[in-house]
Amino acid sequence: MTFVLACAIGILIGSGIWLVLRPRTFQVICGLSLLSYGVNLFIFGVGRPRVGAPPLLTKGGYVDTAAYADPLPQALVLTAIVIGFATTALFLVVLIASRGTTGTDHVDGQEPGR
Amino acid sequence: MTPLTGAAPDHLLIAPLLVPLIAGALMLFYDDRRRWLKFGIGLAAILLLANVSLSLLDRVGQADGARVYILGNWPVPMGIVLVLDPLSAMMVMLTSILALPTLLYAAAGWQGKGQHFHSLFQFLLFGLNGAFLTGDLFNLFVFFEVMLAASYGLVLHGSGVARIREGMHYIAINLIASLLFLLGVALVYGVTGSLNMAEIGQLSRTLGPDQRPLFHAGAALLAAAFLIKAAAWPMCFWLPRTYAAASAPVAAMLALMSKVGVYALLRGAMLCFGPDAGVSAGFGGWVLSALGLATMVYGAAGLLSVDRLAQRAGYVALISSGTLVAAVGMGLQGGGERLIGGALLYLFGSTMAVSMLYLLAEMVERQAPPDPNAEPATEATRTPEEEIEWGPMGLGAVDDDDEPAMGLPGSLVTVGGIYAATVVILAGLPPFSNFVGKFAMLSGLLASANQSVALWPFLWAFFAILLASGFVTLVSLVRYGIRRFWYDIDDRPRILALEVTPVAILLAGLFLLGVRADEAMRLTLSAARDLLSGGYIHTVMEVRPVDPGVEAPTDAGDAAP
Repeated sequence: MTFVLACAIGILIGSGIWLVLRPRTFQVICGLSLLSYGVNLFIFGVGRPRVGAPPLLTKGGYVDTAAYADPLPQALVLTAIVIGFATTALFLVVLIASRGTTGTDHVDGQEPGR
Repeated sequence: MTPLTGAAPDHLLIAPLLVPLIAGALMLFYDDRRRWLKFGIGLAAILLLANVSLSLLDRVGQADGARVYILGNWPVPMGIVLVLDPLSAMMVMLTSILALPTLLYAAAGWQGKGQHFHSLFQFLLFGLNGAFLTGDLFNLFVFFEVMLAASYGLVLHGSGVARIREGMHYIAINLIASLLFLLGVALVYGVTGSLNMAEIGQLSRTLGPDQRPLFHAGAALLAAAFLIKAAAWPMCFWLPRTYAAASAPVAAMLALMSKVGVYALLRGAMLCFGPDAGVSAGFGGWVLSALGLATMVYGAAGLLSVDRLAQRAGYVALISSGTLVAAVGMGLQGGGERLIGGALLYLFGSTMAVSMLYLLAEMVERQAPPDPNAEPATEATRTPEEEIEWGPMGLGAVDDDDEPAMGLPGSLVTVGGIYAATVVILAGLPPFSNFVGKFAMLSGLLASANQSVALWPFLWAFFAILLASGFVTLVSLVRYGIRRFWYDIDDRPRILALEVTPVAILLAGLFLLGVRADEAMRLTLSAARDLLSGGYIHTVMEVRPVDPGVEAPTDAGDAAP
């Protein structure tokens, strides 16, 4: 599972970086979304995910923390998703405004060579 | 400071967060046309904030050390804490000092050129204060995002092609910086298992050799995110363009935002890689020094290459950021207390002066009003850009019927005089505080260079570049001033009294800071001492939750906001 997770993060971030460096705004926003998916999976990954381990402790008594999954990265991912979603939505609005005012979807607001 | 066992918690510590948050939310209930009411709420909030920050500064001065506010009364490494030490008290103070003139300036016209200016402004203050006060790494990320989200809206305030284009670049680069921040937080959490900044600092001293490289990688990613915020070369190309495109009051507040990056860098570096950090001590110091010096050189070169005053102000901001990043780097390499203390004083003075330059830039660059006898612009002569200035996407600007109309007599002379004073401050000439700050940095470096051989090359490069960049600032701004105030003397723009007042307030503040530089220096030196001694870690880790039995019932209710 670790290998698959690492590959998924690598592919997402690699494609994200390539897309962010492209000249069209739509490619940039797709790249940013892919990057944030990759980063979210990475945060999830640092909690050392395991199969079949519950994140919530049972009430009372001695607790062996090794038998439980770490719930904190999941909380962090949740916050990161919410914030990333909001800022990406804002970016989308600016992107459309830029398309409307400049008439092009190039990130510099003008076609190269003009 | 003694642990807070049984003592009443410092509820005042949360006021810098609650006041702007509540004020900003309250304004949303009113229609945008009632902007003078919104301005009143904002002004009241900022005055209250200034009062609170003064009182916080006073408390820090008395207690000699950090104060901790435990949100929700959770035991310390588990819950989120707010920490007030001399550095954060100083930064909160700087926020409210800059917010007051900026808001007054916005009232002179900019508040009517878009929607929700005042709410966004308060949320920006909320994010800034939160970033300065929080003691939790992930919370720092959240406050950075709050601050950035507000700043995205503010950069676009007033709309127009240039703002939308630069705003898009600004948002894209900050989204990427936020992702780097998250990667860094995740790595640091993965290695140390903690998000409390003090505990991370403590644990970083005892990491095993197999964990240390990962921790360093996480710290480097965090530093990259902070350096993008602080606009260090080569991540600085967005700053002059974005700030020049933003409206004047927004640019004045953004000048402080780049210093948040410097603050976070300084805080994190001193917690984890300070002089007493064992194996990791001084990690990344030379990188920061080199990047800071490169930023200063780039800023000085850029300053000579641009024409508009607002763009020049951006490069001045770069020089100021670069100086501070280099000072943090050399502080890590053993620069000593006087270097950091001087750098903090310089931060205070230069941020105020850069803000002032942005406010001035708009007034100075404004063209004289068209001759009333001339033919009014017809539909045919009006450029499409002018049309668009007032609202793409059908947002439209609110009618400007209640503009305060008191013009300022002798406007060009007044503005010219203030401009001259700003130039002197920015170039670091006496009697203003930037001179004292630069002098303290250099003398502190010279004094501690004997103990650290690694510091020598940076010391002389810093010496030369700091003095040269001051000279370049002087040349560039004086040349602009000569052209604007002596050649184009017939171009007399209409400047409102309400626009000059905030700049005069800032100038008075800077003058006061210069006159009472010894007291300010004492404060910044105590902040530097605190940073270098690792007092932050001990104070935070020793705090215990308040015993609810000792508390009066009303206070216990307040403790969980």
